Amino acid sequence: MTNPFNPSDGQEIGARLNPAVAGAATTVRDRDEPRETRPSIPERRRRGFGYWFRDTGWRHLIGVVMLVFAAFPLAYVLSASLNPTGTLVGSNTLFRTIDFGNYVELFQLPQQPYAAWFVNTMVIGLTTSLGTVFLGALAAYAFSRMRFTGRRVGLLTLLLVQMFPQLLGVVAIFLLLSGIGEIFPQIGIGTQAGLILVYLGGALGVNTYLMYGFFNTIPVSIDEAAKIDGASHARIFFTIILRLVAPILAVVGLLSFIGTTSEFVIASIVLTSPETQTLAVGLYQFVSQETSTNWTLFSAGAVLAAIPVMALFLYLQKYIIGGLTAGSVK
Amino acid sequence: MPASRLAASSGSSMRSWAIKIVLLGLVDALAVFAMFVLFMQESWIVFGVTLAVTIVINWIYLRPGGLPAKYLAPGLLFLAVFQIFVVVYSGYIAFTNYGDGRNGTKADAIENIQLTSLSRVADSPTYRLQVLEQNGSYSFLVTDPDGDVLVGNPDQPLTEVTNAEIDGTGKAISLDGYTTLSFADLLNNQRAITSLSVPFSDDPADGALRTPDGSNAYVYESALEYDEASDTFTDATGLVYRDGGEGAYVNDDGRELIPGWTINVGFDNFVTAFSNDDIRGPLISVTIWTFAFAILSVATTFILGLFLAIVFNKPGMKGKKVYRLIMILPYAFPAFLSGLVWLGLFNQDFGFINQVIFGGAAIPWLTDPWLAKASVLIVNLWLGFPYMFLICTGALQSIPEELTEAATVDGARPWAVFRLIKFPLLLVSVAPLLISSFAFNFNNFNIIYMLTGGGPRDINAGVDAGATDILITLVYKVAFGEGTGRDYGLASAFAILIFIIVATVSIISFRQTKALEELN
Repeated sequence: MTNPFNPSDGQEIGARLNPAVAGAATTVRDRDEPRETRPSIPERRRRGFGYWFRDTGWRHLIGVVMLVFAAFPLAYVLSASLNPTGTLVGSNTLFRTIDFGNYVELFQLPQQPYAAWFVNTMVIGLTTSLGTVFLGALAAYAFSRMRFTGRRVGLLTLLLVQMFPQLLGVVAIFLLLSGIGEIFPQIGIGTQAGLILVYLGGALGVNTYLMYGFFNTIPVSIDEAAKIDGASHARIFFTIILRLVAPILAVVGLLSFIGTTSEFVIASIVLTSPETQTLAVGLYQFVSQETSTNWTLFSAGAVLAAIPVMALFLYLQKYIIGGLTAGSVK
Repeated sequence: MPASRLAASSGSSMRSWAIKIVLLGLVDALAVFAMFVLFMQESWIVFGVTLAVTIVINWIYLRPGGLPAKYLAPGLLFLAVFQIFVVVYSGYIAFTNYGDGRNGTKADAIENIQLTSLSRVADSPTYRLQVLEQNGSYSFLVTDPDGDVLVGNPDQPLTEVTNAEIDGTGKAISLDGYTTLSFADLLNNQRAITSLSVPFSDDPADGALRTPDGSNAYVYESALEYDEASDTFTDATGLVYRDGGEGAYVNDDGRELIPGWTINVGFDNFVTAFSNDDIRGPLISVTIWTFAFAILSVATTFILGLFLAIVFNKPGMKGKKVYRLIMILPYAFPAFLSGLVWLGLFNQDFGFINQVIFGGAAIPWLTDPWLAKASVLIVNLWLGFPYMFLICTGALQSIPEELTEAATVDGARPWAVFRLIKFPLLLVSVAPLLISSFAFNFNNFNIIYMLTGGGPRDINAGVDAGATDILITLVYKVAFGEGTGRDYGLASAFAILIFIIVATVSIISFRQTKALEELN
């Protein structure tokens, strides 16, 4: 699954997936800090504003500029969604009026079943991410805990496969699903089940390596102790290991969810009728044809679509950022 | 997970065994159903593969031992079908002429030509017609001039029925199991109904019934006569269409009959891509832009991210957390929406940037080739800098303070400390992430397609390629684009090209980062 800048890249991330790493570094800094600031009270008065600005103030200046750059498009789309005029040109006055009419109208469009898109996206996203986590965890457990012929080759293949996103094979996927659909219409072109199956094909490629690294950090002695107590391999996996690796499961699940909900290429060719489409496909078609007239409705749709993903992201950001930076914090 | 709860209770081995049997039984039931359907459809190859896979799965889970296979099989199955097979299949399609009007076998094409080239037989009798509906598809209930009643649909040739209900004029009006269409239904589905042709028999040469009005049907016969012995079609004027070896029947003037069929064309798609001037030019510029886009995206986001990481890596600075929170918002915002939001902001006539920031100027942000490229990079910078900011902050903080102190004691100025000590160390740790960021942007479909759709279009190009198209959007447009016909073969050839480039880049980068050596 794709995600901006592919944070799920494998190399040694898992081994370091520990939010404490970044946190620890910050604490060290904070301890150092008084050394610089303590004697500065008389000095600062002497040096005055000019010194403060050269030392710290310009950083705030850049910070404010970046805040505007980062937040402005989001503020703009939020403002447009609350604007009753409906058009793009009317949306240029930010937060002049606050009106929730767009949000109401969004659910009453006959041609654009927004509510269905929303539900479809959630269903497809959740099913895919659960399936991805489950398939990936099974494989990561085997690679991490067992030694077997073809293990090295298998790990190598996983590394290579994640270099080739599924969307490269979009033509073949389309023809494959068309062929399947002639025999089993339930999972052919036009069905969400077919799309989920396709997405699950990417489950092993992308995130297993991330999980594999994390599984390796769980001491094998835990398995062995349980084995001596008479636990079966399935019991060790489901009741012990899966609980210990819960953070990586959350990260992989979330990355998969974000990737699936943003996926456009495969969804757009598999889901043909409007009621079955996802937000990415539906909203694109909604706005790409008549950008300026549908603008405020689209904005309302975009705000609603972004809220669950952003909420999840910010809620789990400690884990995700731990996962992202871990690769670099060697 | 229910399995875990059950397994945790006593007698777990019996229960987990039972769960295994139930799950395996479900899989087998599905497989048997699939094989039954495949058997009925006479798809022998797929039948054989399904049978083999089912046997292997049962063997894996029923035999004692062989633990790794038990854990790997589910994921591998999906991987094999939807990733590895798909790649191989793409390779195959690249060597065919698969596309619009060329997506079946030759026999299908012959039958299709006969069915679609129907014209009304002059002075043929009139069949009185009642259109019926069953499970969403239409059937014809016709009364022939002799008063016999026949029923049929496009997939099921006409057969005589005796249990139809007949009205006072002798016309059959309804049949058990079917719904009779009302006049209003007829009007509403006029197009679908007038396009139906119901054959007299399995041999398309026998002709078919069609209706122009929904109440009378007439005999239509193929205007193109197929001669099996010479494998040619002859039309009413005597023109002969032969199998030209290119997957279609063509006459001497080069006119083709639609549809054709799929054939292997060898390296034709690749040859076309590299030798046809209308395609080679755009393909080369698209490839250059793909590299430029990926490299510039990584460079701009990395430089801004690193700069910000340095700026905010200041001990004791107030409000760092707030800055950080707001700055990661673009990264948390769904990527596909970002392109669409900026599409509105950049709108030439009504967008915020032109109207408010530039005071009503009509700057063609998305329609001028160079400005469109710049716009795409700006939006990708907005999307991508938070990620680089985060990883650079992490990397900077992991560099031991002692190094900086030692260098400062030795008399190095801050810039020298950064350039000679911090930056090389930082680069070592973020290099793998920069490479994967490059690989991601190389196929960053969403941002391009959502923002510019690849445009502005190069009108001279033989394919639908524009100034901001990258290879993957070109593949999508050639395969599924509107306006131009779908050419799956050429699109797959382009996809194979991406495969080769990505594989080369990743092999080189793997060597560089030595990731492979650390496998154990």
